[in-house]
Amino acid sequence: MAEKIYRVNMTNLTTSTEPVPDKWLGLGGRGLTSTIVADEVEPTCHPLGGKNKLVVAPGLLSGTVAANSGRLSIGAKSPLTGTIKEANSGGTAAQMLAKLGCKALIIEGLPEGDAWYTLLISKDGVTIQEEQELVGKGNFDVVATIGKRTDEKHGIITIGPAGEMKLSAANISIKDPDSHLRSSGRGGLGAVMGSKRVKCIIIEPTDAKVEIVDQEKFTEANRAFTKALVDNPISQALGTYGTNVLVNIINEAGALPTRNFTNGQFDGHEEISGETMHDIIVEREGKPKHNCHKGCVIQCSQIYNDKEKKYKTSGFEYESIWAMGADCCVDNLDHIAEADHLMDDIGVDSIETSVAMGVAMEGGLLEFGDGEGICRILREDVAKGTPLGRIIGCGAASVGRAFGVTRVPVVKNQAIPAYDPRAVKGMGITYATSTQGADHTMGYTIATNILGVGGSIDPLSQDGQVELSRNLQIATAAIDSTGMCLFIAFAALDDEKCLPALVDMINARFGADLTADDVTNLGISILKTERAFNEAAGFTNKDDRLPEFFYEEPIAPHNVVWDIPDEELDKFWDF
Amino acid sequence: MSTNEISITVKLFAFFRENRFKQQEQTFPATITVREIIQRLGIDPEEVGVTMINSRHCTLDQTPVQGDQLAIFPVIGGG
Ligand code: SF4
Repeated sequence: MAEKIYRVNMTNLTTSTEPVPDKWLGLGGRGLTSTIVADEVEPTCHPLGGKNKLVVAPGLLSGTVAANSGRLSIGAKSPLTGTIKEANSGGTAAQMLAKLGCKALIIEGLPEGDAWYTLLISKDGVTIQEEQELVGKGNFDVVATIGKRTDEKHGIITIGPAGEMKLSAANISIKDPDSHLRSSGRGGLGAVMGSKRVKCIIIEPTDAKVEIVDQEKFTEANRAFTKALVDNPISQALGTYGTNVLVNIINEAGALPTRNFTNGQFDGHEEISGETMHDIIVEREGKPKHNCHKGCVIQCSQIYNDKEKKYKTSGFEYESIWAMGADCCVDNLDHIAEADHLMDDIGVDSIETSVAMGVAMEGGLLEFGDGEGICRILREDVAKGTPLGRIIGCGAASVGRAFGVTRVPVVKNQAIPAYDPRAVKGMGITYATSTQGADHTMGYTIATNILGVGGSIDPLSQDGQVELSRNLQIATAAIDSTGMCLFIAFAALDDEKCLPALVDMINARFGADLTADDVTNLGISILKTERAFNEAAGFTNKDDRLPEFFYEEPIAPHNVVWDIPDEELDKFWDF
Repeated sequence: MSTNEISITVKLFAFFRENRFKQQEQTFPATITVREIIQRLGIDPEEVGVTMINSRHCTLDQTPVQGDQLAIFPVIGGG
């Protein structure tokens, strides 16, 4: 099926399908969302106003049988950071959109009045329907209700009450193969969807297949690629312990931000670790291994059950567990799982919201360690949109301002995740220079700084960090365009057969002739496009800095501060 | 413990804990390397991803000293 751009205008409630313009043809995923946002959105616009656009795009290989290729990109100007934003997630939507021939869905304009809408995407295009039944519902209820209305096979992209309230930590949820949720978490994209009064997007299943120019070559390349992923020992550990295997190693390295970033180690690390989580999951008959979309061969997700052996949460990630755990000093995995479930249901980013709780604890709202208190505030304040709940639901910086706290771990207003930049300098470069505010996934230097993947660079030294972060940020921008899960990077960094196989698949799919250099150049051009958007929105190199306290407060056990000179940071963009 | 012996805290992670331990004080000859400790534990050095002494990365050829904490991780990742 020929690929099309699906466009929805919410101002006059019209839809259209358009041929893909030549300049967007070779793009997918983040490359496409960022290019469309840069082409069509005024950089200085209000993120929640009529000029912003929400762009949804499957990756270049999504919808094919390529292993781990079912990731979805959603982009817009972020209401949290004011920068360009792409949030990436699993679930079934990317593969379904690709099979329908939807190269990108662009939602623009704002409707007048108080009505809410659902978009239905099928092979014939998009239709807009007024929505009443789902309004105000949490994400799990939305998925269950649509399941009854249609069938379990439909794809769903939805916002919870937080998105409806346009909170700047609101995320967008994507239904996974088990009718649970995956999240496009960061940067408040749920608020952009809410501003357009789109409660949810329903995708019709189809038997159509994505066109592949050279099927034989594709199959062969996918075989080599899959083998590289499956054989990789990191993939295997991810399947057993999930990403939460990191708690203990990051704690050991003295880089686990604890008690709102005042210590690098957490006494309760063992209680919230991947090892403990694995044992609990097995004991309660959950699933240690689970995939966020069909075709993932790594399976870092899991199903975590409560004490009654009933489903509590899935996709229980290290960063969320760190944030609610070490950063808020909660050493009880069941409290963290309950909070994770609540945040998924309300539709708020579990990193942003948890770091906001840590800042609120420092501000005196709750005692550190009060996991039940966090769940109560999520249920009674954030979900219901009380003034306190809205302050928390707008993120860590919002809480810092409301409570007069100065130790606020954010860059460009977005919460710094699970790796202290004082103790892992490469991550500090990524947080400072990323085009999207603090985000570990933009250039995951932990691989080389801590895990010894792709070489090794001392996490405490200043040397080589800028280059490391730059190379990873370029590679990540390219991978985020393919529809591939970022965890293929571990195999890509250490197995020389992995990346060529990926390039071969792209070539076989499109009948193209790309080389590895072309892929790097794609990454470079995406970063430059994003950077240009931010500059036009008013950002300068002075925004590429970490908060003051990192320069001044040494963190134990290494007693180090952030000491990369500003001029060094500015060299990041010399490429 | 004689002067040519050292006692160190060994910490194991992920599947290295299976049929072994999480954390133990152990006594070794003072000249022992990290690699030899790993071998004594019945772990294949090929399976080792990261080793740290007192929260700093170390090589397999390094020699720990009295009172050190040695952490041994398999090849792992996340993000
Ligand atoms: S490795 Fe994890 S995040 Fe990546 S595709 Fe598989 S389940 Fe999803």
